[in-house]
Amino acid sequence: MNAMTKTELRELSYAEAIREAMDIALASDERVVLMGEDIGVYGGAFQVTGDLVEKYGTDRVMDTPISELGGAGVAVGAALTGLKPIFEFQFSDFAALAMEQIVNQAAKVRYMLGGSVSVPLVMRFPAGSGTGAAAQHSQSIEAWLGHVPGLKVLQPSTPEDAKGMLLAALEDPDPVMIFEHKILYKMKGHVPEGYYTTPIGKAAIRRPGKDLTIVATSMMVHKAMAAAETLAAEGIDAEVIDLRTVRPMDRETVLASVRKTGRLVCVYEGVKTLGVGAEVSAMVAESDAFDFLDAPIVRLGGAECPIPYNPELEKAVVPQVPDILDAARNLAKGRI
Amino acid sequence: MADTLVETNAPYAIRTYSPEQLKDALRKMFLIRKFEEGAEDSYMRGLIHGTMHLSIGQEASAVGSCMSLTDADKITSTHRGHGHCVAKNADLGKMFAEFFGKETGYCKGRGGSMHIADPSKGNLGANGIVGGGLPIAVGAALSAKRLGTGAVTICFFGDGANNEGAFHESLNMAAVWKLPVVFVCENNKYGMSTSTARSTAVKNIAERAAAYSMPGVTVDGNDFSAVTEAVDAAVARARAGEGPSLVENLTYRWRGHSKSDRNRYRTKEEISEWMERDPIVAMSNLLVAHKILSEAEVAGLEEQATQVIKDAIEFAAASPDPRIEDATRDVYTEGAAA
Ligand SMILES: Cc1ncc(C[n+]2csc(CCOP(=O)(O)OP(=O)(O)O)c2C)c(N)n1
Ligand SMILES: [Mg+2]
Repeated sequence: MNAMTKTELRELSYAEAIREAMDIALASDERVVLMGEDIGVYGGAFQVTGDLVEKYGTDRVMDTPISELGGAGVAVGAALTGLKPIFEFQFSDFAALAMEQIVNQAAKVRYMLGGSVSVPLVMRFPAGSGTGAAAQHSQSIEAWLGHVPGLKVLQPSTPEDAKGMLLAALEDPDPVMIFEHKILYKMKGHVPEGYYTTPIGKAAIRRPGKDLTIVATSMMVHKAMAAAETLAAEGIDAEVIDLRTVRPMDRETVLASVRKTGRLVCVYEGVKTLGVGAEVSAMVAESDAFDFLDAPIVRLGGAECPIPYNPELEKAVVPQVPDILDAARNLAKGRI
Repeated sequence: MADTLVETNAPYAIRTYSPEQLKDALRKMFLIRKFEEGAEDSYMRGLIHGTMHLSIGQEASAVGSCMSLTDADKITSTHRGHGHCVAKNADLGKMFAEFFGKETGYCKGRGGSMHIADPSKGNLGANGIVGGGLPIAVGAALSAKRLGTGAVTICFFGDGANNEGAFHESLNMAAVWKLPVVFVCENNKYGMSTSTARSTAVKNIAERAAAYSMPGVTVDGNDFSAVTEAVDAAVARARAGEGPSLVENLTYRWRGHSKSDRNRYRTKEEISEWMERDPIVAMSNLLVAHKILSEAEVAGLEEQATQVIKDAIEFAAASPDPRIEDATRDVYTEGAAA
């Protein structure tokens, strides 16, 4: 009717964006099936599959028994032989029960068989802390899977990317693991209509800046953006990079930024030691970008403990905006 | 057994336990109910974060199963474990304090509802992982056998858990090694939204015992005496060194799976049918019918339980939070090699 409505960007929540991607995939490709616990009439523990079962039926939106190892393995076998399963773990923590099929089978079968087969499998993992669900329902385990050649590991941080990366994952011939932060599910943002893909292995510069680089993943991208705004008001111009893919990592975008700013903070929710930030730091340290560093690299990651239940402790063990501000201010002022 | 049946037609529990023990059992059932109603209320008022899994409607299974256990015997529990805790003599104040995330709680505020444990009473803990407790129970039974403690372990798990590999591996090892463990399946018809009909290839989960050469029985899990009779027999068998058993208690959870449940997978009629079969009302009636308690005494027990929970909530609310500096305490044993 009027130009205003026309140009207004359509907004969806992160969960709705994922559902839309699955809807598009189910509608356009007969081979796509959804599998997982309580993804049918319940709509998924986080209401991501929602009402899809009503549209596509229980043959294509399949509730599995509570059998993570078996369910994941069925998805691997189906992917090997002509289907394209999207397998939902109810919580990413339960991947621990299915590690055999993910790590020993899905990731390796193509290589072991000399490239004669492929496993076009997508697995979705609701991840992260902040819900008061404690140690066995709050982990960020992307680095566990990121350590396995044969897997691709994604961490979309926006609704737009959540849809685009899921559709990209479905085009990918190899197993793709997507970590979705539970706190992001309700976050709204612009999501283009129809089919599009967001490239795997390509980081996004969310905010260009010249004084320091903040490389962040998932939920931490939003905290980094909030910190960057405060820093800007103090005259510190931070560049925020959303890594988006943990494996394969976008080396070029990160190195180019560090060459420009000379300062690097990595922020991620997984346990700090041997985590995503260790890889980012090593990547810089091993490259020519190292020569451009004006200060030591700073990693902000999860504390060296399981996620505690008490809400104040829970907040304290993962990086928060003030932690990023402190690190950035110190770096910018050469205090490190 | 046959002899006692000749002597009296009274249900097993009445024949077997003293009035004091039976009264204590009903007291615990009231405590479980009031604890969970109190927890639900606290949640609604925003005093508790996270989620919780309530076992309202399943109290006879928890309490009845633990009747012949001592504090030396062990249990492993589930995400729906408040009842098991109370049945195994937990302190209600420490339970509520854990719910509130306080330093005085069972896990010092680190665990919350899904991880409450009380090793001092033989409760090895609730579990956030479906099926997580099954092999642990077998391990506890292995310890008891090797160390000759005479202790028995009861392993509580849900119908949903019987489809995890851990269930099958655990029953097999327990049978092969003839371990003193009793697998108590609390079949409340659903694992979250998925009915056993849609998830499980056998009609009764107890049938699965046959695959592991152990006895398996299915009983009315809302009938305190029936539960006690079946589990006591299995515990006695375990104690006598004759190996594991599987007991399936058919029951029902009145509330949703957790706080996110819209109850789309079951009917209102089904829920109200089961609410008619309230295990606490049945137990109260049983004790009144056998003149163990008067109606007024039953009401008194309920009243008492309400007061205990009120005090527990007050204790929890007044307790200190853990210190942030202590967030990484207890990851490793203090004093061990760093
Ligand atoms: C390994 C694992 N898978 C899934 C879940 C999520 N989950 C928690 S409880 C539950 C249902 C369990 O059903 P059941 O064993 O019948 O116990 P009930 O909840 O009925 O007491 C599910 C799917 C989990 N906690 N752990
Ligand atoms: Mg169940």
